[in-house]
Amino acid sequence: MNAEIKIENKKNEKLNVLSILSKYSVPLLFTLICIAGAVLSGLTPKHIIGDVILRLDRNLFLVIALIIPVLAGMGLNFAIVIGAIAGQIGLIIIKFMDVGGVPGILLAFALATPFAIVFGFGVGKLLNKTKGREMITSLILGYFANGLYQLVFLLFIGTIIPVNNPEMMLPGGIGLKNAFDLDLIKYSLDNILDFNVMGVKIPAFTFILVALLCVFLQFIVKTKLGQNFRALGQDIHIADVAGINVDRTRVIAMIMSTVLAAWGQIIFLQNIGTIQTYTAHEQAGMFAAAALVIGGATVTKATIGQAIVGTILFHTLFTVSPSAGKNLFGDAQIGEYFRSFIAYGVIAMSLFLHAWQKNVAARNKEKLEQ
Amino acid sequence: MKNLWKRSVDRFGHPKVYCTLFLMLLLVTAFFLKQNIIGLIATSFVRIAQNSVLVLAMVPCIISGSGPNFALSIGMICGALAGCISIELDMMGMPAFLTAISLSIPIAVIAGLLYSVLQNRVKGDEMTVGTYMGYSIVSLMCIGWLIIPFKSPEMIWAIGGKGLRNTIALSGRYDKVLDKLGNITFMGNVIPIGTFIFFGICCFLVWLFLKSKTGAAMLAAGDNPKFAAASGINVDKQRTIGTVLSMVLGAIGILVYAQSYGFIQLYTAPLYMPFLAISAILIGGASIKKASIGNVISGVIIFQALLSISLPVINGLLPVGNLSEVIRIIVQNGVILYALTKAGGAE
Repeated sequence: MNAEIKIENKKNEKLNVLSILSKYSVPLLFTLICIAGAVLSGLTPKHIIGDVILRLDRNLFLVIALIIPVLAGMGLNFAIVIGAIAGQIGLIIIKFMDVGGVPGILLAFALATPFAIVFGFGVGKLLNKTKGREMITSLILGYFANGLYQLVFLLFIGTIIPVNNPEMMLPGGIGLKNAFDLDLIKYSLDNILDFNVMGVKIPAFTFILVALLCVFLQFIVKTKLGQNFRALGQDIHIADVAGINVDRTRVIAMIMSTVLAAWGQIIFLQNIGTIQTYTAHEQAGMFAAAALVIGGATVTKATIGQAIVGTILFHTLFTVSPSAGKNLFGDAQIGEYFRSFIAYGVIAMSLFLHAWQKNVAARNKEKLEQ
Repeated sequence: MKNLWKRSVDRFGHPKVYCTLFLMLLLVTAFFLKQNIIGLIATSFVRIAQNSVLVLAMVPCIISGSGPNFALSIGMICGALAGCISIELDMMGMPAFLTAISLSIPIAVIAGLLYSVLQNRVKGDEMTVGTYMGYSIVSLMCIGWLIIPFKSPEMIWAIGGKGLRNTIALSGRYDKVLDKLGNITFMGNVIPIGTFIFFGICCFLVWLFLKSKTGAAMLAAGDNPKFAAASGINVDKQRTIGTVLSMVLGAIGILVYAQSYGFIQLYTAPLYMPFLAISAILIGGASIKKASIGNVISGVIIFQALLSISLPVINGLLPVGNLSEVIRIIVQNGVILYALTKAGGAE
């Protein structure tokens, strides 16, 4: 019996070494891939840096929106798609009201927030019913919400919701067009404060917003609420015994994540400048999760630093892989498939490692109890 | 009345009752819109036959205790690969189809064995890991389809001369070989009897397997892993058998689908196809822990009939965008969500 435990411990140690290695190896490995890709792509550093800064501006907020649920032990929140939907609702409303510029975008934030709170509450309630299966539930929930969103904006607009704006609607007067421009708020955040460094535009104001968000997160973690999140993330049963209202805390975590995702999507779309009504939100969850994981985060641990590093690496890869694929195989398509493989593969790997460790831990515990 | 409602919900589960009611509503609407009801039903038969084996592929996986196979796309890829090889060998008709099936089985067995090595390490999280494993293999194979050196001019891009096409037409190869086998024409509509018979044989074989000693062990392992392990059953081995069987059925299923559809779809086509099969079996009354052949049959009939009838009926009512596609998304994912909440927390 003793010998067995020893062997198990040894295995455990091995696994620990492995987990430490895997923790740091992911960002390192991707740095190498990115460097190789950058060299192969033949793009100038200026082009790559400019593109990466642009993509950081668009995506960082969304990636950071994933951190709170990870802290609270709910894994990667693929349901930030629903937050993105709330953001788009805000944008669609201001487009109907035709309010542009900075007031327009502030209005969009204000309008999206109540939607996001309600949606986040719903997501939280549902995830409380599926403890231990949050990630698959949030993923499917994202798809389901996408269906409802399409139903509302294809069918209810112009019928149940009485609006009329021929520029935005389909010819029959029912349903929104597949895409429309957001010229009235394009760059309205980015341009509040920006400067050029050697021809690369840096949208400083958006980055200031991101920095404020980071400060806010750091602050939250130190409060009672943040401690509760972390207690839940460590062990839900112990947290329950310690008198934390588990369900309520989890709902709050989801609401915060959903609201942040809504704002993140608005920031994303004000930079892009057009909105693909029915598809703009679809990949939000997957890309944000992949970026976070590439930065070295796991299903149970994520920091702001990892989010930033991961977003930089992921989007460098996104920028360089088509050209690298073209130069390497004579086909840009291969590079594009490669990057979607990376996005899916890195999430799969992270989920796998997490589940594996959980399994090993559970088995060890069982053995010790026997 | 209230009693009847409660009894039927208790017996069949919410998804089945609601979907059946919705289906009836659609049929009544079709009647009032003066649409060709018999034509609609015949189209549903074709689609039911098309998807039947894919839904059956969920059974062994659920029974062996690893939940619905969200990574079924891996099996589908094996089938599609075998289908392409049989064209590359320049075969035609039934021999081509049978060659494709016999080639697909060893490929799917290997893929299933490899996948179950992963799966047996993540007990309890098979669904999440499986979904993303499926996604990553599909996108990895996108590169594969581009660089595997197939030569047949029917399959590769006309311009550039390498890489397989997105959809490969099967006309002149094994397009509808099963559908046409002993089909009957009913009021101008073709009913694919051959495919139904093939599906029936598959069901019978799976049923037979479940009645065998191995099948019983698998059921026990899925039902209560700890108890099964205590009574000397190798749970991991049973789960492996279930997964391999599921992958093989997925591979055969996609070939049945392809011959009926008339095209092999490559690249990202299999990405979301497992969800269709999963929601069909869940509508049939399965849960993420229990499934039967009966669930497969009723599920695939209700879900596919719903999908194929909703398209013309809803377009007849409201010619707005692709509303029936939206309904598919809502029904499909709603059903899976319902099953997940029904299963409750892990603890």
